[in-house]
Amino acid sequence: MIGFAYSRATDAPDAIRRAEDDNAKYLGGGTNLVDLMRETVEAPSALVDVTGLSAEIEETDDGGLMVGAATRNTAVAEHPAVRTRYPMLTRAIVAGASAQIRNMATVGGNLLQRTRCTYFYDTDGSRCNKRSPGEGCDAIEGFNRNHAILGGSPACVATHPSDMCVALAALDAVVHLSSASGERTVALCHLHRLPDDRPDLETLLEPGELITAVQLPPANLAARSTYRKVRDRTSYAFALVSVAAALELDGDTIADVRLALGGVAPKPWRAWRAEEALRGRPATEANFRQAADAELADARPLAGNAFKVDLARRTLAAVLQQLTEEARR
Amino acid sequence: MGRGSLAAARSLSLKGESIVSIIINGREAPVPADARVSLLDFVREHLELHGTKKGCNQGACGACTVLVDGERILSCLALAVQYDGRVVTTIEGLASGSALHPLQQAFIDHDGFQCGYCTPGQICSAVGMADEVARGVPSHVTDDLRAAEIALDHDELRERMSGNLCRCGAHNGIVDAIAEVYAGSAA
Repeated sequence: MIGFAYSRATDAPDAIRRAEDDNAKYLGGGTNLVDLMRETVEAPSALVDVTGLSAEIEETDDGGLMVGAATRNTAVAEHPAVRTRYPMLTRAIVAGASAQIRNMATVGGNLLQRTRCTYFYDTDGSRCNKRSPGEGCDAIEGFNRNHAILGGSPACVATHPSDMCVALAALDAVVHLSSASGERTVALCHLHRLPDDRPDLETLLEPGELITAVQLPPANLAARSTYRKVRDRTSYAFALVSVAAALELDGDTIADVRLALGGVAPKPWRAWRAEEALRGRPATEANFRQAADAELADARPLAGNAFKVDLARRTLAAVLQQLTEEARR
Repeated sequence: MGRGSLAAARSLSLKGESIVSIIINGREAPVPADARVSLLDFVREHLELHGTKKGCNQGACGACTVLVDGERILSCLALAVQYDGRVVTTIEGLASGSALHPLQQAFIDHDGFQCGYCTPGQICSAVGMADEVARGVPSHVTDDLRAAEIALDHDELRERMSGNLCRCGAHNGIVDAIAEVYAGSAA
């Protein structure tokens, strides 16, 4: 690991001042960044520890929740308001990593974690446009079983690894940002960029900009929601495909629905097309399959991951069927 | 580590902040001056507490699990400087003198290890897990997220211990040992 200066921020303005150097990085639980530094994929000149910033989960005036960016993943998953009002979020968090890692990892860090593409990590032997822009991508013609089927580009097909972010995308979460030029908010669905020809640029964050909180809107729809993750082993593995879903029925008609996919794209993938295909339609298996087909119509599988297209289709339809059966009980 | 060296360490500064100390198994130790030192290397190489093991050193195996303020974490992914002022318990801190922690005895009774390399991490992890269950933290296999109490049955126990790998394949003995101490014999 290359040497760096370490300091601990007392509040957001202090953190932003300390991170003025272009090569400084904010440090949360370290579960991804420390590993990347050890592999020399990341080599910041300074780490500004932001784990002492807000780790509160507070009710908002409109009936939602404000989650401080330093809140640990376990603390979000176990919070009574999250478990009862946003069950898909608890389900997504406890489907990810291990208990030890969830105890360390922060909400802000989860949003900014980087892909686990093995070529991205392989600094000695592989080309990677995300690590070294313009160098080429060894995944596209390589071992790409875990890679993207949606939203990839000729430059990069790496997937975003988060489970939590998939639920946050479906929940229309809003990310609060702070920098020297002020504060702003951005929808989680728009925080992450698709790779295009610049896979090294992963989010809309400006240099030095800090995530201070994630806001959950009121939970009307989220109360009947879940998260299903399909992976190679039953625990402690990244998703091949995952689905976050919330469903509201009016009799047999789908009054409203939220859907997002994980493990299939370079960002948490909000399934806008499937939602559009379902609203106002009868909640039938045929309609669920049709909506899944609509979402996957643009899928561009690679040599190693064509199975993901059908897996995503079937998982989407199965989760909708599960929520429909629960609603009718 | 004498009081003198601790006071000396406190008088140093790191980017203007005073360096304080980590409490490890009841003993104060000044945090390392080099911010690159992981909590794992700090415990093993600086404090010579060799019970905590370095397995993968990348957060995949759980051999380095320790307790910080009672919560289980991976010391290999933790920078020691981040943990000043915190209370760390390693496997050496679980026993009372020569009396084994009940979980240590249960691992012996149930053949919960062969080579023993993963064992300190398994035991620290299980101690942290028991606290999470008592607190009602749900897991991936918890059916009812509204339930106030969680029964530590076979599936819950295995899911909650999935962050600790055993290359010898002693998982059945490990599960039996943990179940005896924390789940009656339900698991």
